[in-house]
Amino acid sequence: MGTRTYGVNLTHLDRLEGEAIHILREAVAESENPVMLYSIGKDSSVMLHLAKKAFFPGPLPFPLLHVDTTWKFREMYAFREEVAAQPGVELLVHQNPDAAEAGINPFTHGSSVHTTVWKTEGLKQALDKHGFDLAFGGARRDEEKSRAKERVFSIRSEQHRWDPKRQRPELWRLYNARTQTGESVRVFPLSNSTELDVWLYIHRERIPVVPLYFAKERPVVERDGTLIMVDDERMPLHDGEVPRVRRVRFRTLGCYPLTGAIESTADSLLAVIEEMLLSTTSERQGRVIDFDEAGSMEKKKQEGYF
Amino acid sequence: MAGALVAGSLDIDRYLAEHESKSTLRFITCGSVDDGKSTLIGRLLYESQLLLDDQLAALEADSKRVGTQGEELDFALLVDGLQAEREQGITIDVAYRYFTTDRRQFIVADTPGHEQYTRNMVTGASTADLAVILVDARKGVLVQTRRHSYVVALMGISQVVLAVNKLDLVDYDESAFRAIEDEYRSFAAALGIKRVTCIPVSALRGDNLLGPSPNTPWYDGPDLMRCLEDAPVGSDAAAGPLRFPVQWVNRPSSDFRGFSGAVAGGVVRPGDRVVVLPVGTASTVERIVSADGDLPEAAPGQSVTLTLSDEIDVSRGDVICATDQPASVSDQVEAHIVWMHEQPMLPGRRYLLKLGTRTVNATLARPKYRLNVNTLEHAAATTLALNEIGVCNLSLDREVAFDPYGANRDLGGFILIDRLTNETVGAGMVNFGLRRAQNLHWQDVEVDAAAHTALKGHRPAVIWLTGLSGAGKSTIANVLERKLHADGVHTFLLDGDNVRHGLNRDLGFTDADRVENIRRVGEVCRLMAQAGLVVIAAFISPFRAERRMVRDLLDRGTFCEVFVDAPLEVAASRDPKGLYAKARQGQLQHFTGVDSPYEPPSDPELHVDTTVTTPDAAADQVIRHLRETGVLPGGSG
Repeated sequence: MGTRTYGVNLTHLDRLEGEAIHILREAVAESENPVMLYSIGKDSSVMLHLAKKAFFPGPLPFPLLHVDTTWKFREMYAFREEVAAQPGVELLVHQNPDAAEAGINPFTHGSSVHTTVWKTEGLKQALDKHGFDLAFGGARRDEEKSRAKERVFSIRSEQHRWDPKRQRPELWRLYNARTQTGESVRVFPLSNSTELDVWLYIHRERIPVVPLYFAKERPVVERDGTLIMVDDERMPLHDGEVPRVRRVRFRTLGCYPLTGAIESTADSLLAVIEEMLLSTTSERQGRVIDFDEAGSMEKKKQEGYF
Repeated sequence: MAGALVAGSLDIDRYLAEHESKSTLRFITCGSVDDGKSTLIGRLLYESQLLLDDQLAALEADSKRVGTQGEELDFALLVDGLQAEREQGITIDVAYRYFTTDRRQFIVADTPGHEQYTRNMVTGASTADLAVILVDARKGVLVQTRRHSYVVALMGISQVVLAVNKLDLVDYDESAFRAIEDEYRSFAAALGIKRVTCIPVSALRGDNLLGPSPNTPWYDGPDLMRCLEDAPVGSDAAAGPLRFPVQWVNRPSSDFRGFSGAVAGGVVRPGDRVVVLPVGTASTVERIVSADGDLPEAAPGQSVTLTLSDEIDVSRGDVICATDQPASVSDQVEAHIVWMHEQPMLPGRRYLLKLGTRTVNATLARPKYRLNVNTLEHAAATTLALNEIGVCNLSLDREVAFDPYGANRDLGGFILIDRLTNETVGAGMVNFGLRRAQNLHWQDVEVDAAAHTALKGHRPAVIWLTGLSGAGKSTIANVLERKLHADGVHTFLLDGDNVRHGLNRDLGFTDADRVENIRRVGEVCRLMAQAGLVVIAAFISPFRAERRMVRDLLDRGTFCEVFVDAPLEVAASRDPKGLYAKARQGQLQHFTGVDSPYEPPSDPELHVDTTVTTPDAAADQVIRHLRETGVLPGGSG
């Protein structure tokens, strides 16, 4: 378990762990029907690990929910099945039936429509269908500017909208999870972690993550300066476009056509951490959806994107 | 998963070990928009080379588009997050930033200026170890500097860095800096701020942020970053007595019962003698359970699960304390209150109070005084508005375990929540418990409510008629009482106008007085219900919260809310007392429906539309309801 200290000499990671577990327990104690949004990425892996610790030796007091767009990397689906098979883990998968029927995909409809219909609408459907009144998410405040002001406990209207002007003041360790009928709460236990903290914690706790985070030879095409992996036959190739095998890895994971790879030789956890320390670009750069327009993440959140 | 470590310039193992041993400093920055606060933080990030290429590119693009520094980079744009704020040119909320140096991890709470200021600053300060207060070297210590410092001291922050900014604009003049320093030090000492460091800086030019500036050879103190890296961080909580608020009872099977929570004070070890408050049961800590195996000890900041050696009743909200230094227990406290909502605080109204992991009902008394945060003078007050700070007594509906805020932030800080909207409307810091509650006991009576009911032949009830003036409440009340009396029911009619001639003649018609009016009437109703009577209460009672308060005062099934409904125009045209006419001519202030709001019941027991229902029929409707619910004999059920 790496170096660990007890008593008054708590390290930075110890404090983050203590805080996240406190948040997880507080949310479960104050809600009726909680759920954990599980995106298969590294932040979800860390959040799941912390939840197991929070309720040890008891079982997880909530199910996991994966809002599936059908366009994730194949290795993500394989990893998801491994997690679902773990004892004590109940995993729900929701795919928006309207999106499936309309055949929504990132190539024909663009990243914005694809994300809105599959992810944002799909999430709302799943929360309404199961009547969840509280959902954990793995977002961190360091990810993006509009996240820096997000509360740990964030209220969503019946329409799942976020109103940045109506956020509740959050003092000390006192969280207000009370809602009116129809409203729900989003809770972010990793709020105060940075990308580096997440990797260091994965290292310390030996937490399994999807192998896509580690460099390997993968078939990619270059589009608008972004390396896109050709993960299956659904990806339409432009005239004369030929996938080339390059040594790449991913800093964030999402729908494969919308997730940029970086060239890298970092094929292990330590190598990834080392590369991060020397890196000069931020993590969200790999996410195509943020580049749509200024303040795009804030808009998406107001509409109900997690 | 584990591959070979890539050979590089960095000794990754040593780095991991160093990172592991780093501590965290949480600090808050205070200053107005013009003091260059966002620029200072942006500059710290920039100078620490913590900005990445794409963030720098975005900064360059933003600086050209909306920047205020001409062709130069506008560092403030790194920190001003939400789009709405950027468009208005001000930040309107609390934002958290993260950065790390070789020596320490930092979490910065950035709180903005202007009208929401006190609320946001209090929020950011509640978790901070240190405050950086900015002043403009040209302006010196201003009223707002005093306000920031007062709030910092109130929130229990004992270390302040005074950044005297824009020194370039006074030609790096030492005497200007020293004058500000002297004035500030004496002021901070009066507030009880223990540790003050004053640094001459220019956020725009980067002077004395990281490393000494050649422009201030006369200054031999630390630069800002060194000061932040050297500041001592909280071991105060660990040095205090054990406090462990129970969050969650972990009971996966009949042979394990653990109490989960975060240590809020002291260091807990197996074998510690503890007392569970507020009940006062004693026991001993048996194990400290964690997923990594049992622990030998746990300190503030750690979340663990304790088991006790005795099978005693412990639930969420209880506090496990050191036996030799237990927390205080009371249902009455005095506290500093910071009001955080547009709707002002109403003395007498019931709010939810969350302290530690316990939530109770709380009523605030009229403030003892309001603090003028600019002059620190005490002023008389009947309420607290948004961003105002005052001192109040609070009365809770059950006992809680707490510490004075100065001794333990987690056991002395609380939030107040509106019972209807669920918004967080205020925050408080306990000064001390009031002994009154401990010495005032309920007198046991031998003839109880059940005995009264048996003698009377019916159950007690409170028929609460609410509605606009002129809706028909008093008329229905009179008919109803006549009919019930004829049936041999023991009744009493409480009418709004009559009560105001006696019991409540000291009260006016402001929102605060209306709340107190209904609180007193509610208590009278309760006493009469205990005496076995069917009480008919006819009050405009415009606010849902107070009607709810009366309902909660009574036993279940006793309260019957009747919404006497007539449209405003109908009620105003009836105008039996000529009051609408006066109100509309401006001769009468705070008149419900005219210049004071009425909140209709959302879920009343009965809804009577007096435009189509006669008073006689309405009274029969109520009597039918009383029979159906078993208050009166002869119901169908």
